[in-house]
Amino acid sequence: MEQLGIAEQLREKFTGSILGIITHRGQVTILVDRKDLFRICQVLKTDHKMTHLNCLCGVDNLKRKGAHLERFEVVYQFYSIDNRTSLRVKAQIPESDPVVDSITSLWTGANWLERETYDLLGIVFNNHPKLERILTAEDWEGYPLRKEYALRGDKEWKGLEELREKAVRLRKYDFYGAQIEQE
Amino acid sequence: MQILTIILQIAILLVIVLLHVAYATYFERKIIGHMQVRMGPMLVGYHGLLQPIADGIKSFFKEDVIPAQADKPLFLFAPVICLVTMLTSLAVIPFAKGWVLADINIGLLFIFAMSSLASYGVILAGWASNSKYTFLGGLRSMAQVISYEIPLGLSLVGVMMLSGSLNLTTIVTSQGNSFSSMYLFPQIIGFFVFFIAMLAETNRVPFDLPEAETELVSGYITEYSGMRYALFFMAEYIGMMVMASIGTICFLGGWNGPFEIPFFPPFWFILKVYGFIFFFIWIRATLPRYRYDQLMELGWKLLIPLALLNILLTGLFKILVH
Amino acid sequence: MITLTDTQTIDIPVQSGDEDRYHLKLGPQHPATHGVLRVDLDLDGETILTCDPKVGYLHRGFEKLAEHRTYAQNIVLTDRLDYIAAMSNNVGYCEAVERLLAIEVPERAKMLRVMVCEMSRISSHLLWLATHALDIGAMTVFLYCFREREVLLELFAELCGARLTTTYTRLGGVRQDVTRSIMKKLDKFVEDFPACIEEYETLIDTNRIWLKRTIGVGQVSAEKALDLCLTGASLRGSGVDYDIRKHMPYSGYEKFEFDVPTGETGDTYARYRCRMEELRQSNFILRQCIEMMPPGPILGKDAPDLIMPIKPANKLEVDVPAKNALITLIEDRDVFMEGDIYVATEVPKGELGFYFISDGMGRPYRMHIRSPSFIHIGALSTMGQGVMIADLIAIIGTLDVVLGECDR
Repeated sequence: MEQLGIAEQLREKFTGSILGIITHRGQVTILVDRKDLFRICQVLKTDHKMTHLNCLCGVDNLKRKGAHLERFEVVYQFYSIDNRTSLRVKAQIPESDPVVDSITSLWTGANWLERETYDLLGIVFNNHPKLERILTAEDWEGYPLRKEYALRGDKEWKGLEELREKAVRLRKYDFYGAQIEQE
Repeated sequence: MQILTIILQIAILLVIVLLHVAYATYFERKIIGHMQVRMGPMLVGYHGLLQPIADGIKSFFKEDVIPAQADKPLFLFAPVICLVTMLTSLAVIPFAKGWVLADINIGLLFIFAMSSLASYGVILAGWASNSKYTFLGGLRSMAQVISYEIPLGLSLVGVMMLSGSLNLTTIVTSQGNSFSSMYLFPQIIGFFVFFIAMLAETNRVPFDLPEAETELVSGYITEYSGMRYALFFMAEYIGMMVMASIGTICFLGGWNGPFEIPFFPPFWFILKVYGFIFFFIWIRATLPRYRYDQLMELGWKLLIPLALLNILLTGLFKILVH
Repeated sequence: MITLTDTQTIDIPVQSGDEDRYHLKLGPQHPATHGVLRVDLDLDGETILTCDPKVGYLHRGFEKLAEHRTYAQNIVLTDRLDYIAAMSNNVGYCEAVERLLAIEVPERAKMLRVMVCEMSRISSHLLWLATHALDIGAMTVFLYCFREREVLLELFAELCGARLTTTYTRLGGVRQDVTRSIMKKLDKFVEDFPACIEEYETLIDTNRIWLKRTIGVGQVSAEKALDLCLTGASLRGSGVDYDIRKHMPYSGYEKFEFDVPTGETGDTYARYRCRMEELRQSNFILRQCIEMMPPGPILGKDAPDLIMPIKPANKLEVDVPAKNALITLIEDRDVFMEGDIYVATEVPKGELGFYFISDGMGRPYRMHIRSPSFIHIGALSTMGQGVMIADLIAIIGTLDVVLGECDR
């Protein structure tokens, strides 16, 4: 199997950094150390013609059980258009130091995917040109995709609270700014 | 007494022209509708015939919103400039022999002057609204009007040379009464330049950049509403009619036709004007929009040289004939 | 007339060196931003100096929501991703879940899925062409396209009861079989459609203004397109032959004959030509569907039930607590195996990928949606640099984005 071949080649090249190779439903995942993640991606892109970055996302492992699992992981899915092979790369990230190298310099398109991962999970990407919130508001509190983040919160968004207060405050004026006489 | 007559004539002309404007919108909506496999207005009156009147009443009674940050006097004044200048140019247009309010001998220049003034309305509207889209629309309009005024003027120089006059009635009479003596044939280059410049001058597709809906929302009229919006709309349609009239007078032989219609001499004139307007509408339904730099390129690099060439050819022709 | 009681003035400080720049926030309410896209522009005259797209106005937290719903319930969410081509999303989602849970789909259901996929591709491309042409200023094409799109939407309504939010697929099959009337109408559509494509092309294909507005606009080379992670026709316009229907066939696409059109120049015109050709190819696939449609069931034998059984229909079904999952599954299979899977499908906009992690429960542990629109809008800041406003509008149009899919 071609994917496994690539995985083995990588294991030889990066001894110690490849923590494991998993095959599930015909898809091969290699677990890598986050220190070598950028270099592995670079090798995949240049040497193995994995020119297409399918997918990049983060996962919160809080409720999953597994010896090798840290709090977070980032998942990269690569595809080689020339060789028609795909490969998944995963790196574990501890909660105490949720940092991983950015691959924006390899794929410009990874920019927004990394921003999204940062926005929703709070994983920080080193050397990212503009790591800001993207889908949620700039002043959003918390990281929605973390498992401890409740689906339905117990209080309203504070912007809405402010808006409501403002509505109460401005209730005594009409549309054109004139004060409405109290009845 | 004479003043009263003139005022009466002006009133009649205004009423007739405004009715024509109202029904030109209906005409446009129906034609575009049928070109675009739909019906156009159908509900108000038989086949929507009362739609223009309903629209007029609606826009008259609509709330007139003025943005808080707008330059108020200019904002209020801008649509008036547009409409008044356009209406003023109607004064010198001969609809038939003797059917003209002011038969002045600089008729053509007068119309150019008025249509240049109308662009002030557009620019001031864009500036006074104090909104980014209107500002960009105003800028575009300014650049466009300046660039296309030149080919428009130059394209008619040939006509002036042939007829030897700026008076519109003289231009028509000098074309003679037959089909083949229309200035369309000797001035075919001039007509081509005139037609394109005319589209640009009236901000019609494919030169509708000042109000490019998908780029600048509505361009310079973004912030206008109600009656003031309708004034701009009317000004645009009167502008179309004035330009179509100029085209008819200078190139298509004005009110002359294959035979005379008794009791209604402007018949052929109106028919030709509506022919022009149909072309306007047809083009609107067919063509995409130019980009700003391409518009400038077309104006300066193609139309102006062509118009100058036309003047040269006409001059040579005149020298050779005489 | 309105009078203002007090006039306020706002003084926005201008940074030094920035005086000549004109800041324009295009959108989120703008006729050409295809929804609620906002693009912050720095202009120098009409030329764009920097272009910064802002998204998130339509963020509904689907990925979070999906973790709290069962696999079957999540099908409904996928309708709301790319609401122009909901069928393709349904199919994409179900293909992914079926691969994850190893559910077999019968042949007829596969063919039906291909059929609705291609129908939705045509309808999506028609909407793209309509709005793209409208953005550039050609108004008539818009209405011509809607005429044909209406036929397809009516067919969707007849097939599953809804025009846009279809929820047609089920895990292990599809919801409804086609009736003879649908097939007849589809047959007529497939017969007439090539002439319609020619009609659109007559209007704009060789129109000089159209050519001027599209050739050389938004040009990306093949390397750049891959670098920006573009997919779909946006990538194929640059000459990269990447169509998931050919590369990783799903739902029986390997049985169909069709070409993957690619462009060379990678500009707006090349992408336009690609999509027009795709319309023809989709129509050709539809023709094959009609001819090859096999008989048989439309739902697999081991397809999970959607409704809670009142009493077990057969003893193979296990009791799943209502709280955990609304689906019942056959006992002797390890369907709830732990593991993850990434399945991509070719939707009209590009590559729609679903990444699932299953932890052995009835709900996905993590569902990530790789939506083409999100990545395409991300590419906008690169593609929109140094062009004019009118070109930016054309580029937004040519990337074919839907904000519902982008913001998820």
